[in-house]
Amino acid sequence: MSYLSNVLFAIVLIIGFGYFYSNVKKIIRNINLGVAVNRKDNAKARWRNMAMIALGQSKMVKRPVAGILHIIVYVGFVIINIELLEIIIDGLFGTHRIFAPLGVVYDFLIGSFEVLAFLVLFAVTVFLIRRNIVKLRRFIHADLKGWPKSDANYILYFEITLMTLFLLMNATDFHLQNVPGGFSHFIKAGSFPISQFIAPVFNRMSNELVMLLNEGFWWLHIVGILIFMNYLYFSKHLHILLAFPNTYFANLNPQGQFDNLASVTAEVKLMMDPNADPFAAAPVSENEAPSKFGASDVQDLNWVQLLNAYTCTECGRCTSSCPANQTGKKLSPRKIMMDTRDRLEEVGKNIDANKGVFVPDNKSLLNDYITPEELWACTSCNACVEECPVNISPLSIIMDMRRYLVMEQSAAPMPINAMMTNIENNGAPWQYSQQDRLNWKNEI
Amino acid sequence: MSENLIVPTMAEMLAQGKQPEVLFWVGCAGSFDDRAKKITKAFVRILNRANVSFAVLGTEESCTGDPAKRAGNEFLFQMQAMMNIEVLNAYEAKKIVTACPHCFNTLKNEYPELGGHYEVVHHTEFLKSLLDSGRLTIEGGQFKGKRITFHDPCYLGRANNVYEAPRDLIQKLDVELLEMKRSKANGLCCGAGGAQMFKDAEPGNKEINVERTEDALETKPDIIAAGCPFCNTMLTDGVKNKEREGDVKVMDIAELIANAQDL
Ligand code: SF4
Ligand code: SF4
Repeated sequence: MSYLSNVLFAIVLIIGFGYFYSNVKKIIRNINLGVAVNRKDNAKARWRNMAMIALGQSKMVKRPVAGILHIIVYVGFVIINIELLEIIIDGLFGTHRIFAPLGVVYDFLIGSFEVLAFLVLFAVTVFLIRRNIVKLRRFIHADLKGWPKSDANYILYFEITLMTLFLLMNATDFHLQNVPGGFSHFIKAGSFPISQFIAPVFNRMSNELVMLLNEGFWWLHIVGILIFMNYLYFSKHLHILLAFPNTYFANLNPQGQFDNLASVTAEVKLMMDPNADPFAAAPVSENEAPSKFGASDVQDLNWVQLLNAYTCTECGRCTSSCPANQTGKKLSPRKIMMDTRDRLEEVGKNIDANKGVFVPDNKSLLNDYITPEELWACTSCNACVEECPVNISPLSIIMDMRRYLVMEQSAAPMPINAMMTNIENNGAPWQYSQQDRLNWKNEI
Repeated sequence: MSENLIVPTMAEMLAQGKQPEVLFWVGCAGSFDDRAKKITKAFVRILNRANVSFAVLGTEESCTGDPAKRAGNEFLFQMQAMMNIEVLNAYEAKKIVTACPHCFNTLKNEYPELGGHYEVVHHTEFLKSLLDSGRLTIEGGQFKGKRITFHDPCYLGRANNVYEAPRDLIQKLDVELLEMKRSKANGLCCGAGGAQMFKDAEPGNKEINVERTEDALETKPDIIAAGCPFCNTMLTDGVKNKEREGDVKVMDIAELIANAQDL
């Protein structure tokens, strides 16, 4: 009988981690659909970024209420997972509280887990209130209709359930530890600053029933954790894993520095070189698809932008600081990130369904998800980039899509075309002659 | 009556076998926009007063390509950049100062990869260095006690982390420096960047420059200070929109300093 439960536990674990692994592979595959870009330089600065921003949450606390509550949940989550190690060992080998011999250290550990679990319950309740009762503008924004809205709430319910189960599990344990003369394998170990107050609930029940409950809570807790882990893939909650690589690979250049398209540089150099043969076509290899300028779909974006899309927490800090969004324009940087992820998922599913190759589906990120109107509303002010707690750059995607509109489709708004013609002809965005550039010197 | 501005060009300098200390990159707005030309002149007056050896490119200057790049036209941008780099390199330019944060950002960050390596400073940083080294002195003068708020240009502040130089200069004028609720890294755009200056805004419920002007007016300023010709235009329009042009002025930091000194 006891072997049966160990084997069952092993099977549950394998299924849980196996499914998780297969989804992680899918994410990596999808991110690799993006164009190559080198983000391996300057490892020192990258580690520092990751330590400060992902581990240290330095950008979260810019909004102190959400920031501090988030840190509680985050620390609670990380630390309570240490408990997971004990649960797994106990489950596989049929032991009970295997780390109990650590004595005082163990007391301290369990005690702090409990306090954190309690704090997490508190923080999550406040989060629920902010989302559903206070209704902060960025949480009731049109971007979050449907799944994204329920997703956010599900995560919070999940956390409440897991923390409650953890405390109930400890409460039953505490109760059985204190049965006069001892009971079964429930040795005295750990300290229970929170759950000792829940324990009296079980006073009227028989020891056997409480033990059954204890096992039930234990199982629900671990199975819950496994389900939650696998839920990440379908959720904005994926950021708890991807925030780390995302901050590591984030752009280190000054925010105002946009990349220079290398393919364009080559052509411009050719155009400007008086010795170049104007009829010599650039060597194009047969099977190489002609490269596009800019991006119209997710495959044209670089892998960091795709990683950004999976990392986005949908917090809406970017949107709430965007001047275009603030003044009622359609642009929402958060939506740019959500759209990119949705389209990338769609492309990924297409590849899965077609044995590893992408079959054109007559859709693209541009137009089917993101409209030119949104793209043209951006002032390239970098407020969204500055604001993002996990160093995402919605702006880089906006710019790459503008490049496609202008260089591939010549689809810029009329006045922008006029401005560009002026630069081309007069070297200024207005219709003044370059010869008049110094006239100001002699004007009053 | 034209004033006595001394504005040598790089070509003239070269003819005399001289290399100026800095090249003043005037920019399209500074060359052609009526409002921005005043900023250009104010800056030149200061340079003249401080005996800075400088020169402009004059008719050899061309648009940096910033608006084209932000609109998405890499071709046009890189053509402009390479032409400008050829000119700059021919004069062996080392240090460039400009009063336009857009030119500043582009020259500083985007030209190096295309072969243009210069030390690029914004005019507020340059003026600050003149003060620090004692080549220029200012006293409060006519602005003493005035309430002044500073709008951070996105391409100077967030894009390049220059927040202190303009504020230090303002404070030198013995004024009350007021911070808007959104400032420095959290500053709000004036609405002109990303080539927006050259087109109408998309449909919305407000113009960005009006929103930003409201931020500024909340501080009850006498003067809104700017460090960018485009911000200057946007905020001037915003102040007009609010019908406050009678009591609130929008001025570039170079103008503040030049006026304080009666230059
Ligand atoms: S860069 Fe564009 S999208 Fe980002 S906040 Fe500024 S205007 Fe909005
Ligand atoms: S891009 Fe960043 S700031 Fe915007 S919603 Fe996603 S995580 Fe939040």
